[in-house]
Amino acid sequence: MRRLALSDEILLSVQQPARYIGGEVNMAIKDPAKMDIRFCMCFPDVYEIGMSHLGIQILYDMFNGRDDVYCERVYSPWTDMDKLLREKDIPLFALESQDPVKDFDFLGITLQYEMCYTNVLQILDLSRIPLHAADRTEADPIVIGGGPCAYNPEPLAPFFDIFYIGEGETVYGQLFDAYKAGKSRGGSRREFLEAAAQIPGLYVPAFYDVTYNSDGTIADFKPNNPHAPEKVTKELVVNLDDAWYIEKPLVPFIKVTQDRVVLEIQRGCIRGCRFCQAGNIYRPLREHSLEYLKDYAVKMLKSTGHEEISLSSLSSSDYSKLPELIGFLLDEVKGKGINISLPSLRIDAFSLDVMSKVQDVKKSSLTFAPEAGSQRLRDVINKGLTKEAILNGARDAFLGGWSRVKLYFMLGQPTETEEDMKGIAYLSEKVAETFYDLPVEQRQKRVQIVASSSFFVPKPFTPFQWAKQCTKEEFLRRAWLVRDTFQEMKNARSLKYNYHEADLSVLEGVLARGDRRVAPVIEEAYRHGAMFDSWGENFDNDLWMAAFDACGVDPDFYTVRDRDLDEKLPWDFIDAGVSKEFLKREWKRATEGTVTPNCRQGCAGCGARVFGGGVCFEDKN
Amino acid sequence: MKFIGHLDIMRYFQKVMRRADVDICYSGGFSPHQIMSFAAPLGVGLLSNGEYLDIEVNSTDSSAEMIRRMNAVMSEGMEVISYRRLDDSAKSAMSLVAAADYVLAFRPGKKPEDMESFFAALAEFYAQPQIPVTKKTKHGEKEMDLKPLIYRMERVRAVPDEECLAADSHCAGVSDRLSPPDSAAGQDCGVPGAAALNEKKLPVIISGAVNVPSDAVFLQVCTGSTDNIKPELVMKALYDFMGLELAPFTFQAEREEVYADLGGEEEGGRKLVPLEALGENIEQTDHYQA
Repeated sequence: MRRLALSDEILLSVQQPARYIGGEVNMAIKDPAKMDIRFCMCFPDVYEIGMSHLGIQILYDMFNGRDDVYCERVYSPWTDMDKLLREKDIPLFALESQDPVKDFDFLGITLQYEMCYTNVLQILDLSRIPLHAADRTEADPIVIGGGPCAYNPEPLAPFFDIFYIGEGETVYGQLFDAYKAGKSRGGSRREFLEAAAQIPGLYVPAFYDVTYNSDGTIADFKPNNPHAPEKVTKELVVNLDDAWYIEKPLVPFIKVTQDRVVLEIQRGCIRGCRFCQAGNIYRPLREHSLEYLKDYAVKMLKSTGHEEISLSSLSSSDYSKLPELIGFLLDEVKGKGINISLPSLRIDAFSLDVMSKVQDVKKSSLTFAPEAGSQRLRDVINKGLTKEAILNGARDAFLGGWSRVKLYFMLGQPTETEEDMKGIAYLSEKVAETFYDLPVEQRQKRVQIVASSSFFVPKPFTPFQWAKQCTKEEFLRRAWLVRDTFQEMKNARSLKYNYHEADLSVLEGVLARGDRRVAPVIEEAYRHGAMFDSWGENFDNDLWMAAFDACGVDPDFYTVRDRDLDEKLPWDFIDAGVSKEFLKREWKRATEGTVTPNCRQGCAGCGARVFGGGVCFEDKN
Repeated sequence: MKFIGHLDIMRYFQKVMRRADVDICYSGGFSPHQIMSFAAPLGVGLLSNGEYLDIEVNSTDSSAEMIRRMNAVMSEGMEVISYRRLDDSAKSAMSLVAAADYVLAFRPGKKPEDMESFFAALAEFYAQPQIPVTKKTKHGEKEMDLKPLIYRMERVRAVPDEECLAADSHCAGVSDRLSPPDSAAGQDCGVPGAAALNEKKLPVIISGAVNVPSDAVFLQVCTGSTDNIKPELVMKALYDFMGLELAPFTFQAEREEVYADLGGEEEGGRKLVPLEALGENIEQTDHYQA
């Protein structure tokens, strides 16, 4: 039997001991002594969230495909375990070998959302790796960060040795080879980092200096080491079918958030919503071939035994072979007790037909994401969805037997007026009226419409990266105005309105567009107990505000300030494919309310064509 | 495996069925589920040397082949050791469960200083005409007499591993006073008529690691839906009797066998047979009418 790092006494006194024992189906088992490189892959959140992440599963499998690398996993110990590890002085360990993380060559941490930043420090701290890269010795692992938040790595700069900008499938091989070469030469940590800095897509923050103007904006950002390039260009897989994909995903013992086969059908998005970071940084859209997806769907269902398969992409309806793929899956899984889940589908006749085949219409709900309440504001944010499309889709759905609708909105987007805010309630009311206008024998008895709004957080590498964010008070004022408007609606009894936490969105705004001066605040907050900030019950806004005070950092500088278009932004050294000129153009068009066509309607010249693949090279362009 | 709760073990086996392409029957409806049930949920923290679950299938290969297929997709610490056919009219394992054997071993560092006097006290405890305890239930506390529900309670000594491996998979310990009674009991009772044994319901036995402790406590207790006695409750009563506090994590319990009672209500009393004995080996591939 595998040795466990923790005793029964400890494991049986925490929630979900299975979070800490590994041993899942399809786990990689290797002899660490025979490996040149031991890599510990981390998702800095609780196991059930981390295990649901596709990217880690791909990299885990890809790394373990090498004979010289053993990739293992670690997740944030939940608060009960965190406490025990500290009390009993037990170092954090990887799930596979149960060996301390500190003994590894690499610790790779994926940065999927800003609110996990304190958990990054928790992982380092519990592993007994110095929080600051500058304090690490030859004996410490190389700490490398990746994922969407690495597109503005600056608030985390002091804590990481390397950031990997872009898609992980491309240059890890080069990095491992450089590490092995250095190790066999007896080279130093610094020499290795210099070699890493020369690999495309890799950013070594210690090799760059930042200076600031008297108004607090960045004066200069430049390399201090001859091996570090001025610009770091994101890495990207040009042909998805050639990239590594998993045949045997890990199957956890306990129920995790994504307890199903996840089939990534495409990467990127043609839509160009102006608030959306993923839609910009993953450009251009690249599709998997139909044959490839059929093959992997069958293999992964077989190797996992999962009872559900989910198609993953930013906008599944844009996949060019969707009807063929869904037709295949319906044939393949029929009678096998396997469900198909289809998130991010545009509601139309086709999707309703498909959904009626794969789900229980009476129990399921339909989701629309208009993001804004009025057509004017939807044009500003470049969200192509029209009121007619929503109401037509809803009417067809009601005729098909659905009676529950979810509507997603965002409050606080640029140029938003009170009319736009009230529009959220008006649009929801219209959906309800569409239902009650139908003859009673052609629909269910009652309709239930749940509208929820999140608060807009401007993100780097979007046309809204210059936008002013609302204050907490302003966010709440807007949410209350929407709430009150809902109460005035004729069908108020069929409508429900929820809104998110405003504090959290403000803090997310600071971390998203922060610079290196925000790092001490994260550390200060962590030292005072901030952790699992994305979990409502653990988030303590006062603690964070005290940390800003203690560090003399003004959060408003990062959120509510007007940014000049010529200001040097903390992430300007990264080339994400979409050019700054394009983003400026889009920002201007937004303020004019001008819609930009999607990539298949016409090229908007975003800059991602330089990668030489994807939608940019589909015949019509 | 002992850290995985019962519901997750069920989910685990549902996925095993799909990975191994077991032609299991599904219920109808929009979210069909597999026809599968466990004989007796095992508490978190307990080891087991054999659990039973019933499944219904449309077709099957031989027992040997099905065991091979399932074990090919199993994770470490879990193994299918038996796959047997049950009569179509057989009651579910869950409704048949009447008793279970447990071996409770002292965890490292938790042994009493004087083992002999511990077991002397144990014998004295078990010899009492009545063993009154208070059992915590959902509705508060309940007074009950444990004595008639503890079928056996005694000391077991270590059996060398080789000996155990040479014997059948149920070999877990040898009773201090009796020769291994379990398999013998099974043979005595036999199975309810070979003719009645044919289709569809198949028990599967899950095996954990066989941990054979020296100086451990053997318990056979009433198990099932009416009176489900957990070993912890018995040990708590024993320690109360000895005037000692039962510290948490004193014992590691392992379930060794689960029984049905074929004795009936009237005379004679209990006739316990391992659930294993209720099924028959499948020699070749078989298809059943839906």
